[in-house]
Amino acid sequence: MATWTWFHQLGSPPHAYRIAGRFAPWFGWGALLCIVYGLFGGLVLAPPDYQQKDAFRIIYVHAPAAWLSLSCYTAMAVAAFVGLVWRMKIAHAAAAALAPVGASFAFVCLATGSLWGRPMWGTWWEWDARLTSQLILLFLYLGYMALRSAHDDLQRADRSSAVLAIVGVVNVPIIHYSVYWWNSLHQGATVMKADRPSMPAEMLVPLLVMFLGFTLFQWWVLCTRLRAEILDRERNARWLQTELLDGAR
Amino acid sequence: MKAGDGAVPTGMLAAAAATFRRDVVLAFRRPGQMFQPVVFFLIVTTLFPLSLSPQLSQLRDISPGILWVGALLSSLLALESLFRADMEDGTLEQWVISGQPLAVQVLARILAHWTVSGLPLVAAAPLVGASLAVPATAFGTTMLVLGLGTLCLSGLGAAGAALTLGSRRASVLLSLLVLPLAMPILIFGARSVDLAILGEPTRGPVLLLSALTILTLSLTPWAAASAVRISLE
Repeated sequence: MATWTWFHQLGSPPHAYRIAGRFAPWFGWGALLCIVYGLFGGLVLAPPDYQQKDAFRIIYVHAPAAWLSLSCYTAMAVAAFVGLVWRMKIAHAAAAALAPVGASFAFVCLATGSLWGRPMWGTWWEWDARLTSQLILLFLYLGYMALRSAHDDLQRADRSSAVLAIVGVVNVPIIHYSVYWWNSLHQGATVMKADRPSMPAEMLVPLLVMFLGFTLFQWWVLCTRLRAEILDRERNARWLQTELLDGAR
Repeated sequence: MKAGDGAVPTGMLAAAAATFRRDVVLAFRRPGQMFQPVVFFLIVTTLFPLSLSPQLSQLRDISPGILWVGALLSSLLALESLFRADMEDGTLEQWVISGQPLAVQVLARILAHWTVSGLPLVAAAPLVGASLAVPATAFGTTMLVLGLGTLCLSGLGAAGAALTLGSRRASVLLSLLVLPLAMPILIFGARSVDLAILGEPTRGPVLLLSALTILTLSLTPWAAASAVRISLE
C-alpha cells in the first residue's frame, strides 16, 4: 500500500536519522520563539490574578510541564507497542529517547507545584490528588528507566521495557482515578479547585503559546535524542560511516 | 476429566492444574521458606507500635495503613523467586514448547503463589489486627480485602518478576516496578479496613478492589507470558 510507505521508511535507521535531522531545527527554533513569547506574555503582559496576585504566573511553566509528562508517557507506550508488534527497532529507540524527557518534565511539574504550594497553601508539599498522581507517574518513569538499564542485552532491554510501558499505560488512568477518590475522602477542595472565573484572553493566550512551545521543545529533544540513540545503536553500520563522512566533506 | 488406565490427561486446564499442584507441593516441602513472609509481616507490624506509641487509641487510627504496608512489603519478598528457579532449571522452556497457552500456565502459577504466600498473610491478619487494636468486628472485612489485595499483587508481581528475569539486582528493581502500580490496591484496601473499623459500610471500596483484582488477573498473565518469552529469547 502506497500510503504506508512513509511508515516503513521511518522504520529504517538511515531514513529516520535524516528525517529527524531535517525536522529538528524547525522544532527547535519554533519552540524558542513560542517559549520566549509565552514567557513575556505570561510574566509581563498578563495582569496579576485577583486572588493569587503574581504567584499564579508559575502556571506558565507548571501546566505545560504536567501536560508533557503525561503525553510523553503515552507516546512512549505507543512507540513501545509499535516496537513490540511490528518489531520496529526505531520505535524502541524512540521510546528509549522519550523516557528521560518525560521524567524530567514530571520532575519540573512537581518542583514548580511545590514552589507554587508554598505561597498558596503555606506548605512545600500538599497531598493534593494531582501532585500525588504526578509523583506516581515520576516513579513509573524511574522504574521504566531502571528496567532498561538493568538489561545488558539491548534487544531484551527494548522488549522488556516495552511490556512494562504498556502495563504502565493501562494502569495510569486507574492510578489517577484511585488517587482522586482517595483524596476526595481525605480533604476538601483546595485553592486550586476553588471556583474562579475563566481566564481572560491576555492570560490564556500566553498559556496556550507556552503549551505549543513546550510541545515543540519536546519534539526537538525527541529528534535530537533519537539521532543520538541511532548513532549509538548503529555505530558499526556501514551507512553511518558514509553518512558522517559525507557530512564532514 | 477422567484419566483411565494410566493415560495422562492432557489439555489446557489439566496442564494448569498440574502446574498448580506441583507449585503447592513444592512450597509445602519447604515450610520454613513458606512462612518467612508471614514472620516478616509480624515483625514489620511490631515495629510501628514500638516507633510510634503504645497507646491503643492512636494505633487504631493508623492500623489500616500499617496492616497494608506490612502486607505489601511481605508479599514483595516472595515475588522474586516466582520464576527464577524455573528459569534456571529449564522448566520455563518446557512451558513454552509444551504447546499449552503460556498465559494460562502463568495464571496457574499466580494462583499457586497466592495460595502459599497470600493466604498465610490473610490468616495472620486477625493476629496482627488484634495487636493494633482493630476491633473484632472488622476482622472479616480485613481478611477479605487482604485476600483480594494479595491476589491482585501476585498478578502484578508475576509481570514484574517475569520482566526482571534476565536482569541484574532484580529484587530492588522488582519493588521499584511493582510498588507504583500497587498503589490503587493500597488505597482501596486500606480504606475498606478503615471504614470497617469505624463500623461504616465497606461495600464501595471492596467492590472497587474486586474489580481491580479481576482486571489485573485477566491482563497480567498475558504481560507476564510475553515477558517470559522475551527472557528466553
